[in-house]
Amino acid sequence: MKRTNLELTVGGFVLIGILALGYLSINLGRVELLGRRGYMIFADFPTVGGLKSGSSVEIAGVEVGRVDSIRLANYQARVTFRIQEGVKLQEDTIASIKTKGLIGEKYVRLSPGGSDRVIQSGGQIREVEAPVDLEELIGKYIFGQVE
Amino acid sequence: MSVVRSTPLRPVQSLGRWGVESLEAMGRFALFLGEAVVWTFIPPLKVSQFYRRVHFIGVRSLSVILLTGAFTGMVLGLQTFLTLSRFGSEALLGPAVALSLVREMGPVFTALMVTGRTGSALTAEIGIMRITEQIDAIQVMGLNPMRYLIVPILLAGVATFPLLTAIFDVVGILGGYLVGVQIMGLSSGTYFGEMRTFVSLDDITTGLWKSFAFGVVVTWACSYKGYYTAQGTVGVSRATTEAVVLSSVLILVWDYFMGSVLP
Repeated sequence: MKRTNLELTVGGFVLIGILALGYLSINLGRVELLGRRGYMIFADFPTVGGLKSGSSVEIAGVEVGRVDSIRLANYQARVTFRIQEGVKLQEDTIASIKTKGLIGEKYVRLSPGGSDRVIQSGGQIREVEAPVDLEELIGKYIFGQVE
Repeated sequence: MSVVRSTPLRPVQSLGRWGVESLEAMGRFALFLGEAVVWTFIPPLKVSQFYRRVHFIGVRSLSVILLTGAFTGMVLGLQTFLTLSRFGSEALLGPAVALSLVREMGPVFTALMVTGRTGSALTAEIGIMRITEQIDAIQVMGLNPMRYLIVPILLAGVATFPLLTAIFDVVGILGGYLVGVQIMGLSSGTYFGEMRTFVSLDDITTGLWKSFAFGVVVTWACSYKGYYTAQGTVGVSRATTEAVVLSSVLILVWDYFMGSVLP
């Protein structure tokens, strides 16, 4: 085979392979290609119950950011979010940890408030709602303590 | 070495010979890789040979990878759908197909297919070079057969296996889509959406590390068996068989160890 042909087919093969790799890592692995954009805010939850870094943050079911890190601060779980630029969050926004479906993964739902003041980068969401502990709820139901 | 005359000791001697010989073979096998790795880092690299090997291992295997990838994905889609529908959780078809492809089946099947398609041919090629004394000729010309022959093959294995695996994964996921969505009637948003939710970057890097390792294992085993082939046509045919068996076994054994160590 001529050398140019050889180089052409090898180049084509490498291109297809890299396209496949790119599809896997960007579409499924959620690698952010153009750097990390957005601003950071945090919230302290009494418990995160299965939330992980990388879990999505949604308003009205639309993804507006991701969980950046989770660590312990003053015996509470301090969850840091990276929120897309252009999404303004009012000071009385409520952050709650919810489950997709009955056994799906955990995500953070933000319910916008009505305040005029917005949370700046590095600010805190003060209104939080811990995830519902299904086992505890079932336990209470069985022993008749659900109000 | 003198043969032991008395019969009771003969089995002991043959056991000992078997032990020493297999230990020698393992040592030679390890030294072969060690030498090749050392020569990899000593310039110059034979670039044209490397291109030729990438073409040989990568481009020529593409059609078989596309075919087996598509059908593996379709079988996975079909069987997983039937299993999941018993629990009423067909929605998880996407992640089930993607996870098994990306973590296990992609790297392993790709490595096995390339072993059959290309590894055997590599062994035969190097083996025939050995028995027709072409390798000796290379040495006589003052060239190093390690640098000229083996290093390009190893590097081409490392370069092509992850790419072939990625192609296998993508084609497999599309095959699962074909069966799950087009035939079984799952919605396409559910298939791809749930997949995106459950597959993480760790799964993809695990698969990639495996394919890197298999790239080394397959080219190493196949070129070793060819390099140390016995004389004659029977020697080459035996070397080819042994190469395919050795690399297939190594792939599956190594897959378990990597799977238990990687996240």
